Amino acid sequence: MKDSTVAIGTALPRADGPGKVCGTEKYAADYYPEGMLWAGVKTSDYAHALVKEIDVSAALIIPGVHAVLIHKDVKGSNRVGVPESDAPVLADYKVCHKGDPVALIIAESREMVSRAAAAINVEYQALPAVFDPEQALLPDAPVLHENRADKNLLLSGAINKGKGALALEECTFSVESEFNLPAQEHAYLETETGVACLNDDGVLELVASTQTPFRDRMELAHALGLPATKIKISAPYLGGGFGGKDGITVQGLLGLAALNSSGRPVKMWNSREESFKSSSKRHPARMHYRLGCKQDGSLHALSCRIVLDTGAYASLGGPVLALAMEHAAGVYRIENTYIEGFCVYTNNPISGAFRGFGAPQVLAAVEQMIDMLADKIGMDPLEFRLKNAVNRGDELGSGVLMSRSTGIVACLQTMQKHPLWINRRQWEKDAPPFKRRAVGMAAGMQGTGYGPVVADVANAKLELLVDGRFRIYSGVADMGQGNNATNVQIAGEILGQSAAAFELLQPDTERSLPSGSSSASRTTYSFGNALQGACRLLKERILTRVCQMGMGIYQEDLLLVPGRVHHIPSGKDIPLTVIATAMTDSERVSVNSYTAPVARHHEIVNPAVRAAGFPHLVFCFACHLARIEINELTGEVTICDYLACTDGGRVLNPQLYEQQIQGGIVQGIGYALWEDFKVSAGEILSSNLSTYIIPGSLDVPDIISLPVETVEDSGPFGMKGIGEIGINLPYPAIANAVARATGRRIKTGPLSAERVWQALQAEEEQ
Amino acid sequence: MLIRFYLNNQLKEINSDPDKRVVDLLRENLGLTGTKEGCGEGECGACSILVDGVSKLSCLMLAAQLDGHNIITIEGLADGEKLHPVQAAFVVGGAVQCGFCSPGMVIAALDLLQRNPHPQRSEIRQGLSGNLCRCTGYQKIVDAVEAAALEMGDKL
Repeated sequence: MKDSTVAIGTALPRADGPGKVCGTEKYAADYYPEGMLWAGVKTSDYAHALVKEIDVSAALIIPGVHAVLIHKDVKGSNRVGVPESDAPVLADYKVCHKGDPVALIIAESREMVSRAAAAINVEYQALPAVFDPEQALLPDAPVLHENRADKNLLLSGAINKGKGALALEECTFSVESEFNLPAQEHAYLETETGVACLNDDGVLELVASTQTPFRDRMELAHALGLPATKIKISAPYLGGGFGGKDGITVQGLLGLAALNSSGRPVKMWNSREESFKSSSKRHPARMHYRLGCKQDGSLHALSCRIVLDTGAYASLGGPVLALAMEHAAGVYRIENTYIEGFCVYTNNPISGAFRGFGAPQVLAAVEQMIDMLADKIGMDPLEFRLKNAVNRGDELGSGVLMSRSTGIVACLQTMQKHPLWINRRQWEKDAPPFKRRAVGMAAGMQGTGYGPVVADVANAKLELLVDGRFRIYSGVADMGQGNNATNVQIAGEILGQSAAAFELLQPDTERSLPSGSSSASRTTYSFGNALQGACRLLKERILTRVCQMGMGIYQEDLLLVPGRVHHIPSGKDIPLTVIATAMTDSERVSVNSYTAPVARHHEIVNPAVRAAGFPHLVFCFACHLARIEINELTGEVTICDYLACTDGGRVLNPQLYEQQIQGGIVQGIGYALWEDFKVSAGEILSSNLSTYIIPGSLDVPDIISLPVETVEDSGPFGMKGIGEIGINLPYPAIANAVARATGRRIKTGPLSAERVWQALQAEEEQ
Repeated sequence: MLIRFYLNNQLKEINSDPDKRVVDLLRENLGLTGTKEGCGEGECGACSILVDGVSKLSCLMLAAQLDGHNIITIEGLADGEKLHPVQAAFVVGGAVQCGFCSPGMVIAALDLLQRNPHPQRSEIRQGLSGNLCRCTGYQKIVDAVEAAALEMGDKL
């Protein structure tokens, strides 16, 4: 087993499994450096206020408190955030939400940090605050960031295709609705954490739970006023991320603390409440849709308005809006569309990147519209989707050309033939007493990568070690999705080696090479492409060296096999240890850079939206089916069965593939049914895991995942990224089932037992 | 106070504040960082340990409560390089993604299998219901526990 060559397409167990199940793998949270201090923050008492004075004197005299830092102690720009650098490391003249850090405390223990935080006296001058994104757009609304010409508008744009909304007049049938979706909390199990130390050479060293070590390094340099060369960041395996660690969380505070701790290392680890308070959420969305089709069921016109609440700071709100607009018309050919979007600052908690990146919101809306329209014209919802779904060469309703592998029709056809779909009516009829059953479905897609303007670059580095093994220098953090394990599979396949031949180095700004973020369904696609090249280069070098060692002139005579090179004509084997020794240090290392292709020409949106990532080139596709049962007495929804048909290109590892699909779907089921991040006047009401309910093992069914394999020729071995697609469709699939069961459309998420019960009552009253 | 207990089958005598949380004692003082903390209030199960063979939440236990007991943490399960059958089943079955819940899940699974060596899938889901996972959707964890039960038979 140990010597068998790794093969693409097999369920190779993940390389990170043993260390994680034995508790020996060290996460950022697991670092407790010798002589360390704890850091923590005092957060704002107001959602919007001017900071008049910060009195830290009472905190400083508490024994064990090492230092209390405020904005004046930050030597750089004191701002972080990409692409807008607008979030302060420590609030200076004002606070914009209740999670804003006002002072940073460094102390011998966490208890002392808390005591010191309570002893800090901040004088505020309250400002009028705004919590509703539509109100924030009004001319007289309180302005969060006075330097912005567009006031509270972070980004807006419009797509006007064909005759736009006017074409709704030409439709035989049309439907109209509004949808409101709440914020969703990432709730990764490892809250934001890291350790930092200023070493003897004046280099600030951080170990952080981050999806973006390389980008963080540049951001910290700017915010803290240090040269980037004086900052080193390493990113061990993350205890979950999902987009919530796409950028700076505690890193700015940690760096600042370590610059002021007299050389002692500093640790910071948010409590669950601190995490909920400070971390970014999925954007709450308000969407108004109109959709129409012709007599024969062909979609003809769509008009929609999307308003996203990005909270106090931009985070990745702009790119999220761009992706939402791109996905707003779903997977269909629609000749005439008008899609307008607004991403707006409010004094609410920050919204940012979260798996799906704007797609879960708009697909929840448009896929319900599709069902409503299918109902109206009396067409089967799956037939209706098949009739309108794009093929390669078609344009989406958002104007994006499908120029790459496009498997949505095949996904829908796979579902159509599945017993869960075929037998749906009988199953619904067999509902037990006091239960209602219904089957719902939805279809959608996820664009992968950064879009046309920001280069999606990965730089792979591979080394043949003198002991004959290989070290892969990963440039992209692994937040749990298993991209580093997949690197072993890709390299093993090309180099003909067993899994045991590989050592994985986690991203480290000093040793590995910048390769972008662990996000956007691009991790394995981009880094895998880079790694393929590095593997081929090193393989070529190894074989060339073997030729030079007297094994002839034909590389075709040589076979790279586990631990050695086999010379076919003579039957001789040369161990890799011998070959490695014959190579120079630099020869044993190969590097390869890869830049993902983009859709270059696109004039359908305004430049600002294009700059934020519109459009994508490569898409994965899926359709989902949910069989649900509603308790008529309580309104509680149970998901009985769930089916996902996914086109993620070729499957490199069926086990890791299923992990992503199953995990994404369960997070999406949570979004659909229970996860309601409640905020009232800027105050977080769901402050921990006892009030913010994420799915547990009893809440979800086993999921059937059917891969519908296309070959994406730009992806490594034909793959496409599937890290996000799973979360996009549970909401609309379940919502369509609930609507079928109750005869009512619940327009505000989540579809809680209370709302479903009310829908049942309304039906009864009617 | 002086606390005497067995930790992963070795006698430990340590001086500790009696009101120190066990999860902190394990992680900070004893270097056993395999026991994770995800919420600090008994909601997530990431900090589960075995106390006299029964799964307990170490974030809700104080150091004094260890005195006289037999404690097994995630680090105490493998025999050198050889994984415990439950751990092996998690690895082979793909039950691990980010892995931050995995130590607690393995402990919860052990607790279940000791009480019920041949659980149904629904009983496994019940047995793991005190442990949250945000990555896997639980399916492969349930698969792994099922496989481990089959592998171990009545040997546990």
